[in-house]
Amino acid sequence: MDRLINVALPKGRLGDKAYGILEKSGYPCPEMKEDNRKLTFENEEIGVRYFLVKPSDVAVYVERGAADIGIAGKDILLEYKPDVYELLDLKMGCCRMCVAGPKDFRDDPAKTLRVATKFPNIARSYYSALSREIELIHLNGSIELAPLVGLSDVIVDIVETGKTLYENGLAPLTEIVPISARLIANKASFKFKGDALRRLCAQMERTMNL
Amino acid sequence: MRNLRADERISMELRKLYRQYGYLPYKVNQFEEYDLYMRNKRFLTSEHVLAFSDMDGKLMALKPDVTLSIIKNTCDSADTTKVSYAERVYRVPRGAKGFKEIMQTGLEVIGRVDAYAMGEVLMLASRSLAMISEDYALDVADLGIVSGILGETGLGDAQRARLLSLISDKNLHGLKETCAQLGVDDRTAARLCSLVTVYGPFDRTLPVYEQMDLPPACAQALRDLRAVLDMMTACGVKNINLDFSVVNDMNYYNGLIFSGFVCGVPQSVLSGGRYDYLMQKMGRKSQAMGFAVYLDQLERLFGQQRDYDVDLLILYDADAAQEQILAAANAAVTAGRSVRVQRAGETQLRARETVTISGEDT
Repeated sequence: MDRLINVALPKGRLGDKAYGILEKSGYPCPEMKEDNRKLTFENEEIGVRYFLVKPSDVAVYVERGAADIGIAGKDILLEYKPDVYELLDLKMGCCRMCVAGPKDFRDDPAKTLRVATKFPNIARSYYSALSREIELIHLNGSIELAPLVGLSDVIVDIVETGKTLYENGLAPLTEIVPISARLIANKASFKFKGDALRRLCAQMERTMNL
Repeated sequence: MRNLRADERISMELRKLYRQYGYLPYKVNQFEEYDLYMRNKRFLTSEHVLAFSDMDGKLMALKPDVTLSIIKNTCDSADTTKVSYAERVYRVPRGAKGFKEIMQTGLEVIGRVDAYAMGEVLMLASRSLAMISEDYALDVADLGIVSGILGETGLGDAQRARLLSLISDKNLHGLKETCAQLGVDDRTAARLCSLVTVYGPFDRTLPVYEQMDLPPACAQALRDLRAVLDMMTACGVKNINLDFSVVNDMNYYNGLIFSGFVCGVPQSVLSGGRYDYLMQKMGRKSQAMGFAVYLDQLERLFGQQRDYDVDLLILYDADAAQEQILAAANAAVTAGRSVRVQRAGETQLRARETVTISGEDT
């Protein structure tokens, strides 16, 4: 079996930051910093292989064992509920999952609430816990537009600074859950590459606390 | 045997093993009343059931699970039944969008489940995994420990389920946070956290739990685990870990539960446990324990490419004598080779040897 540790990193800022921690923790891979079109990056000496994937796909790679570990946002873990171990809160990429809408929005319980979101499962479970009937509108991007053009009453989305919301006359109404990046691991890999994965996890924790 | 697919071969070997230990083969109906699954929805791994109407309008289902059918067909008696099965079940795998037919092999002990029976089931589970791959791991937990600790918190079902799911994710940071949120006292929180941090080989980990300050309600579970460990040690079973991230619905399961992995397959291939509560829900007084091996994952494990499709490829043209073709084919089969006969010019299979029979030869 493949004895390298396969790490799925999310493309973009979060992935760069996460790689920074891994590099400092003793898992560097110089190839990563070269400007090329490679999809996988290996440091055989240390026994690690990185690959960059779309952030929302990290959990898929890890759950299906193509990657042993990965860095995924808590939003993705809540939305897709992958069958993985969640080993570490990396305390970066911090933001909030919120209900947002027009600043002066007042929920009218006599009507079905129309909710636009990229996270249908999170939205559904949040409102079902409140026993509030909603109509879900699943969008893939530009969620903030929905209440502006009357597609929905509110949105459920990630809020980092809230700048986009405020500039468009919207505001966060309720926080559903705080979000940050997590280190996740495939359950089977954790049995068969356990020592190596535990070492990596402990090193990352140490680097974070420095 | 060599022509069987890996899942078929392993299924046969497993059934033989179970039979050797006196688990009699049990055949259940392919169809079952839909209602059976609706009443026990949460026992199923996925809630989706493939349903259809029978001739008399009764709603039926293609079975997504075997255990429920076996329990339904056994009545309470003083005797203990040991059965094994190999059945196709229909369910929606995690993250998939449609139904899949899955080959499932397993066994059940119904009646009195004493220390010996628990040990035997666990040993057979580990021998089953060893048949699939030498590189395997069987993770064992006892829900008695978790429920003993949670019992001291006075938390409701929903909150317990939250804590349980964090333990199952090995999510230590989340567990600490949630304990603080729910007002769980420090001692209980520390005990719960140790369920996440203390795991590993059975013989090394169990003594740690035995030394730990656990509530008296955990005593029975510790005794059960000790009895099972002693049996496993005695019969030389290896690769068993104590790992409390194995959890299952506490409305159905109690006592020992376990989950098996083989190297190269990303998800667990075996799962089982003690399910006395399910028996009670179905109006039975007996105890029960069992496990199932899911063979659908193994394709990937044994998926090495074959170099040849057949041993011998016989090509013939329009003028070739049929008797001659058939004789050549039969001769090869008698010699134990596989053969494919087809017209020259068609797309060819990969063959170790190819012969051409044409009309001009006769």
